[in-house]
Parts: sequence; C-alpha cells; structure tokens
Amino acid sequence: MPITYTSGEQIEVYRFSIPVTVGVPLVALFLQSFVPRRISYFSYLDLPLLVTIFFAMARRNPISGLFTGAAIGLAQDMLGAYPIGIYGIAKTVVGYLASSLGAKLDVENAGARLLVTLGFYLVHAAVYFTVARGMVNLTLDWSWKVGILAGLANGFVGVGLYFVLDKFKQRT
Amino acid sequence: MESVLGRYRNLTILVGVLFLQVLGLAVQVKRSADAENTRLIRIWAVGAITPFERGLVRVQNGSRNLWRNYFFLRGVRAENRELKAQIEQMHLEQVRLSEDAAQARRLQMLLSFKEQYIAKTVPAQVIGSSGSDLSRSMYIDKGSNDGIAPDMAVITAAGIVGKVLRVYPSTSLVLMINDQTSGVGAMLEKSRLQGVLQGTANGEVVLQRVMSDEQVAPGDTVLSSGGDQIFPKGLPVGTVRKVGAGKEMFLNILVKPAADLSRLEEVLVVTQKQEREAVAEGSGRVRAADILAQRLPSVPDKPAVDAKAASGGSASGASEQSASASAKPQLANTTGAENGNGTKLSGVSLAGGTAATAATRSTTVAAPPPATGGVSSKVVEKAPSGDSAIKGNRGAAVRSQDASGATGSGTTSSGRTSSVTSSNAATSPAKPTVKRAKPANDVATPEPPAAEDNPH
Repeated sequence: MPITYTSGEQIEVYRFSIPVTVGVPLVALFLQSFVPRRISYFSYLDLPLLVTIFFAMARRNPISGLFTGAAIGLAQDMLGAYPIGIYGIAKTVVGYLASSLGAKLDVENAGARLLVTLGFYLVHAAVYFTVARGMVNLTLDWSWKVGILAGLANGFVGVGLYFVLDKFKQRT
Repeated sequence: MESVLGRYRNLTILVGVLFLQVLGLAVQVKRSADAENTRLIRIWAVGAITPFERGLVRVQNGSRNLWRNYFFLRGVRAENRELKAQIEQMHLEQVRLSEDAAQARRLQMLLSFKEQYIAKTVPAQVIGSSGSDLSRSMYIDKGSNDGIAPDMAVITAAGIVGKVLRVYPSTSLVLMINDQTSGVGAMLEKSRLQGVLQGTANGEVVLQRVMSDEQVAPGDTVLSSGGDQIFPKGLPVGTVRKVGAGKEMFLNILVKPAADLSRLEEVLVVTQKQEREAVAEGSGRVRAADILAQRLPSVPDKPAVDAKAASGGSASGASEQSASASAKPQLANTTGAENGNGTKLSGVSLAGGTAATAATRSTTVAAPPPATGGVSSKVVEKAPSGDSAIKGNRGAAVRSQDASGATGSGTTSSGRTSSVTSSNAATSPAKPTVKRAKPANDVATPEPPAAEDNPH
C-alpha cells in the first residue's frame, strides 16, 4: 500500500518561499478563469483545490492548511457568480483535513496522491453542495457520474502538478 | 477552559474560521435579498485577474489576425466570389421578406401590437470565466464604463447566451443560460408552448414546465418568450434535442443551445430595448381589405365537393381592392404544390372548371410566422363566369418569386405580388367572403398574432 503510516519525527515538513506561496495560487486562479473559455473541459478541473491540497499536505500544519484553503477558496469565490464563502468554507475544510492527514501519513507516492486527491475532491464537493443548498438556497444538482469522473481527472492532473510543485519545496 | 482550548487548538481555529465565513455568507444572503451590490472585495479580485486575461486575449487575437489577414490568404478570391453570389441570393430573399415584414407591421398596427425591439447593442469580447463546472459564467471586456448594467441580455447572432450578473468598471460577469441558477422564459416556435429554460449539473439546457400531454418533437425550434423581461421575444434559443418524462406532470425537454456556449469569443450586450407599437412602412395607408379581413366574422372551411355546386353561383366582379368584390369560396386545397424550381407554393386551386376562364383574386392578410400563432384571413373574390380558379394566397405567392409563372401570380400596381389566375375582373359589386384558413405546417400562409402570445 503506498500510503505509509509514519511517526511525527519521520515526516518531513516543508516550507515554501513567499513568491511561491503567493504566486502559485494566483497562477492557479488565473488559469482556472482563463483556460475554460478556450478548453471547455478544463472547467472540470479545480486547480485551486489541487494547490490547496498540495500546500496543506506539504506543510503538515492544520492551522496553516486551513488558512491556505480559506484564502484560496475566498479568492475563487470572488471570481465566481455565487456569494463569497461557498468555496471558502469547502476549501478551509479540505485544507484542514489534508494537513491533518499529511501530519499522520506520508503521501509522496503517485498512487496515494491520486486516491487522496479523489477523496478530497469528493469531500470538497460534499461541503460545497451542503453550503450552497443549505445556506444560500442555490438549486444545484449533483451528478455522481460527473463528480467521479471529475474527481479522477483532478486526481491524474494533481499527480502531475504535485510532481512539478515538489521542485519548489524547501526543507525546514 | 484554557487547557481544553489548548488541546483542541487546531479544531477551535477551524471552527472559528468556518463560523466567520458562515456569518459572512449569511450577511450576503440577507443583503442580496434587498439589493444586489457588488462587494468591493470582488472588484479587487476581478481587477487583479482580468487585466492579465484581457492582455492575453489581445495578444492572442493580434497574432491570429496577423496570420489570417496577412499571411494566410489562400482561397480568398474564390471565397469572395462565393460571397458575392450569396449576396445576390440574399438580395432576392430580402425583397420577399420585406414584403412579409410590411404585412406584419400593418397587422400589428391594427391590433395596437406592442413589441420589444433591440435598439442598441454593445459588442464585447469574452476574456474569462468563473472557471468552475458548478457555476457557468464568463467575463466580458465591457463594463459600466461602456454602459453595461446588470440584467442586460447577452446574445450572439446565433442565439441567446445569458444575462449580465455583475458589472465592474471595465468588465462584467455574465451568467450563462446553462448555469443551474439561470432561468429564461422560452417557448416552442411551432406550438407556442411556453416553459422555463434552466441549466443542469452537467451544463446541459432543459426546457421545463411544459405539460407531459403536449406534443414536442426533437428538432423543434425554441425561442425566447419575453416573459423574463430580459430577453426580447422571438430570439433563437436552440432546438429540442431529446424529449423525456420529467418530474410530476411535466416533460423534460433537452435543448441544444443555438449559440455554442463553450466556444464563445464575441457577444453582443443588449443595452437598450425599445417597446413600441408597430408602424406600417411606406405610405402608411391601410388597405380596406386588411381591415375588413380582420373585422369580419369567419366562416368555416367548405369541403371541395361543395365547390362545384357553388361554382355556378353569381358573383360580379372584382375591384382593385379585393375586399370590394367577393364570391363564395370554391377552394380545393393545393397547399404545398411545388413549382418548377422546387419552391413550395400554397394556395387553393380551381374546383371544377378551367383556370382560363376564371377571374378570381385572392388576398391574404397575414402576420409573420415567428411572431405569433393563429389563423390567417383570406378574402376571396369570384368572377361571374362561375368556374373560377383561385391560385394561392398572397402570402404564399410572395414567398416565391418564381411562382408567378407557374401559378399565375403577378405583381399589382401597388407592388404586391398576388396570385391572380386571370385578370378579367368584373366591375359589378360582389359579396365579400372572408375565409379563415386552417393553420398548417406546410402552408406558407403566415399567422396573425394571438392575444395570449403578446406579453404586453
């Protein structure tokens, strides 16, 4: 099994430079806004979510993870059509869970990353729909078929993206 | 207490951050119920992202134009020739369409028909999107500085696209018709059934609120109904792709949008709509026949068998205005007959007797087909010779210029094309007969507006 349980001492905690911390989420938001008009299938990807998961799992700090998720999610909300906070709440939860998971498990393997990304995509969607329907009263429908396929697509893209972002990791 | 908070510090912070966001959401939901204001924070975010998008789009368009307009000009001459030929064809088409339009305006004027016209549009370029499959919206490069305001309709030449949701100084957010929260008043072109167009989770468009006992077939055209007060009535929305059973007593009608929503580059924002009564063009003179056709009571269709019996009846003459003379209708439906050029003609033909001796004139007062449903009124005159031929109504004859030879259609002094088989019109008065023709799909006779279709 690629996911290995490790003690706190064995897990390496990474940090990132400020340009990477700020620049990568901004680039992800920009691409998420720009590319789907040219490649419609790109809208099924959620690059800000992938970036949130990556930073949260690399830092392995729940507080840092939840704030990263909140910041990226709120920025994504600001570009969207719906009230601000739906993505914010969903990504806060994902950031917290991803960093908590990262603190307990070493998920550096590609297969583990694929499964973790798929799982967090579904968690993110569940929180998003709960908030959107329960609080904002948006009439959104959930499609399992689209959800699973999009989750898998995000998983595969995430594996590649994490591989690229690994280059920016700095050991503490 | 402190020890508890210390032990669950992470969880406490998580709950705190979530609580703040939930609070913020609640405030927004409360405020948006009163009035939709654009938050300053949104303006900052959009202001940070869209300039890059705008720049990239310009670079992309610039390089593409450079290639297309300077380097890649292969086949331009041939294309130019084709386009010129197309223009010639369209000129011909315009002539007959303008006649139909003039007819429609006259009719609308008679009914004090008010309609919304697109008075002004602003072209805009699509520069970005919300970037989510859950929210289908896009950014355009025109904002409040260009006169854009919320709730303006966004269209293309092909069909409707969406409405302006939020406006920033130099950009605007457009909610597309395939978003799940969008709703557009739409109707089916043929049956005039109205429904609500909404997006689905996977980006498809569904026409809802059409009762399950109605007849809807794939391929039917869907138009905007104007009921949402955003899109003017009659704009193309799409075509029916699939019809299935929906929730409760309604059909689930899957619509293929007329505009390709995933590949939009340029759009038009309807910045000004005008609501005005129809004004007849030209002299502004309304023909007596038109008024008469509208006001006289209708008589049901007579079967063709009766025509023979009636053909011997007396009618005396037909004046220039067809309403001034009449006879009993002797009609055998020949709708859908084709002339030599394959153009479909509609109308009625001789029921017993020869066309050569007939002197019958048929005039149709009709509204344009896309505007409304209903029936067409027909004033028929019969010559005293008894056996008469009535070849086609005017609306049908106007539709095909080629028809004049085949059916005896000609152009009257007023410039209208009418179907007249013979011109020995008598001068003696005749009894006018107003006939209401049955609407049929293959009949080219247009239909006047029905009251229920008029949103005003």
